[in-house]
Amino acid sequence: MNESTYKSSREPLFRVVKRAERSGRQMLIFRLLAVLLSLVAGGLFILAIGANPLQVYRQILDGAFRSKLAFQGTVKLCIPLCISALGVTLAFKMKFWNIGGEGQIIMGGIFATYFALFHSDWNHWLLMLVCLLAGIVGGGLWGLLAAFCKVKWNTNETLLTLMLNYVALYLVTYLQNDPWRDPKANGFPKIASFDSNAILDRVLGVQAGWIVMLILVVAVWIYLKKSKQGYEIAVVGESQDTARYAGIRVKRVILRTMFLSGAIAGVCGMLQAVGTDATLSTGVAGGIGFTAIIVAWLCQLHPGMILVVSFLFSVLEKGSSVVQSQMGLSSDCAAVLQGIILFFILASEFFVRYSFVLRKKEKTPAPAAKKEAV
Amino acid sequence: MEMFMKFLVAAIVAGTPLLFGTVGEILSEKVGHLNLGVEGMMALGACAGFMVGYLTDNLVLALVAAFGAGLLGALIYGVLTVTFLANQNVTGLTLTIFGQGLSNFIGYFMLENSESGTLKLPAQITAQMADVHIPVLSDLPVVGPLLFQYNPFVYLAIAIALVCAYYLFRTKTGLNVQAIGENPGAADAASIQVNRWKYFNILLGGGICGLGGAYCSMIINGGVWLADSTGGLGWIAVALVIFAAWKPQMAIFGSFVFGGLRVLKYYVPSNVINIPIAFYDMLPFLITALVLVISSMRKSTSSRIPGSLGVNYFREER
Repeated sequence: MNESTYKSSREPLFRVVKRAERSGRQMLIFRLLAVLLSLVAGGLFILAIGANPLQVYRQILDGAFRSKLAFQGTVKLCIPLCISALGVTLAFKMKFWNIGGEGQIIMGGIFATYFALFHSDWNHWLLMLVCLLAGIVGGGLWGLLAAFCKVKWNTNETLLTLMLNYVALYLVTYLQNDPWRDPKANGFPKIASFDSNAILDRVLGVQAGWIVMLILVVAVWIYLKKSKQGYEIAVVGESQDTARYAGIRVKRVILRTMFLSGAIAGVCGMLQAVGTDATLSTGVAGGIGFTAIIVAWLCQLHPGMILVVSFLFSVLEKGSSVVQSQMGLSSDCAAVLQGIILFFILASEFFVRYSFVLRKKEKTPAPAAKKEAV
Repeated sequence: MEMFMKFLVAAIVAGTPLLFGTVGEILSEKVGHLNLGVEGMMALGACAGFMVGYLTDNLVLALVAAFGAGLLGALIYGVLTVTFLANQNVTGLTLTIFGQGLSNFIGYFMLENSESGTLKLPAQITAQMADVHIPVLSDLPVVGPLLFQYNPFVYLAIAIALVCAYYLFRTKTGLNVQAIGENPGAADAASIQVNRWKYFNILLGGGICGLGGAYCSMIINGGVWLADSTGGLGWIAVALVIFAAWKPQMAIFGSFVFGGLRVLKYYVPSNVINIPIAFYDMLPFLITALVLVISSMRKSTSSRIPGSLGVNYFREER
């Protein structure tokens, strides 16, 4: 007999209880404290490898803001991150674990690239509009595919969307190896750069995607907070039974929301291909779909906060590349710091909702004796 | 025929890191914790194993370091999801990003500080990792190269998978642990130490993933440090768990099949079957997606998924 899996009769050292909701102000303090702690932890790590953390942090800020060009670069990084975070927000609000942002970005990019590549002779604005629509349809359908399997057969959406990411990724590899291969690239498998007519215009030195980003932030906020459909998403997310009881057609809401979620990611893919890269490569998403999930979660699915945090993450990203060239530390420190920050935030969430209760002192004669002594 | 033999051997060699990752993830999922951080834990193990091997020239120390690094990664995940009840998907993804970042960061740091500009494992450890040669057995025709001529990691992986299969399905502890994954509330009521065994499985699983990472950095790349050495294998491992129906013994078979899919493109003569190379790379993921969908269509088999997978257990909400 193996008794070790069973508990002893003793009460555990501490237990977890739910607590009353903290006020908004308290929650903000908790989060700021978590960020502060994570910067300290990151600093200790930098210190451990023999660099000066303050210098690294200053270098990061400096690298992101030191010139107009650097700042434009930061904004350019912010666009795809913010947009795809908005995309997964819709799905997450519904508690549909869409890990497929990466694949939906890629599919949006593929669909948009088709028009940018083969119809570059169209009127510029018409072409841009068609590319945008293509991106929406591409990303949306890829999201819809997972939602369809979910409502039809209750397929695990986390795992399915994860797999679809890689199916989409290797589709790009296929396209650049065979049908869309640039014959002028001397045998190197890549897709040709787009014609200048098929490249998105710049506004204030950055691709026009930042305008789309700002519009989407407001649109998603209004959609979630003010529209009937947004309310339906929230109800389905809280409890599908309640939603059904209230007469909400749950399956329809899931399908519709996942299409929109994928579509927004598709817009991101379109902007990356047509706006930033001017071509389609396997790096079109480059992990943004995963980082977007972190951003969305960090912001409690709040669109306004997503804009802010995406920008801060972009500062980290851009600044880290400068740290690499200036201080000989890898730009991967951005990923490390992002990870640490989220670990601390995730832990702080706990203290917002729960608290520990320590084991009460056992009623042994000892305290009584103490009392007598007093 | 000789080509086919070579293919089988290559499939097993390519499948070994997947086997580590898959078995590690099965242990974690069996207690209801979907850990998407496999890639990150493997990256941590890859870095720790390689660097310790590089500095100490000792295979055992390198393996211990890789196991420890994976375990520490899993500890972060465990504390956040088991004790702090954080969302499993988000925590796992963060662990992946963090682990990959940290692994590359340290790798870059070591490269910058190395004299020759490259990191190559020293001679002794390379010899220890070479393919085994058992007198008589390894020299047998067909059977020899097929069974007795691999590097030691391959045998370690299979041994770990078998031990884990025994642990989960043949010991009382293992059955209790599976009960936690199916229904933690019921397991708790049956006075099984839910959180303790969750931690045990998650940490052990993380350590095994770390060993898989060490395989990537130390064997696949021929003993030279390269960034991103795990290259998405962790994600295939997550996929393989489904393919293996959450059974470590099936994972042995599954990982060699997937290893075969990964090297298939080098062995299929293009005049027989000519499909674009990219589709070979896509196959593991496509097949997993199909397995996932088909198994969910047939309700009876979908019950293999641990019942509480992805849902944290909070006692007051039983």
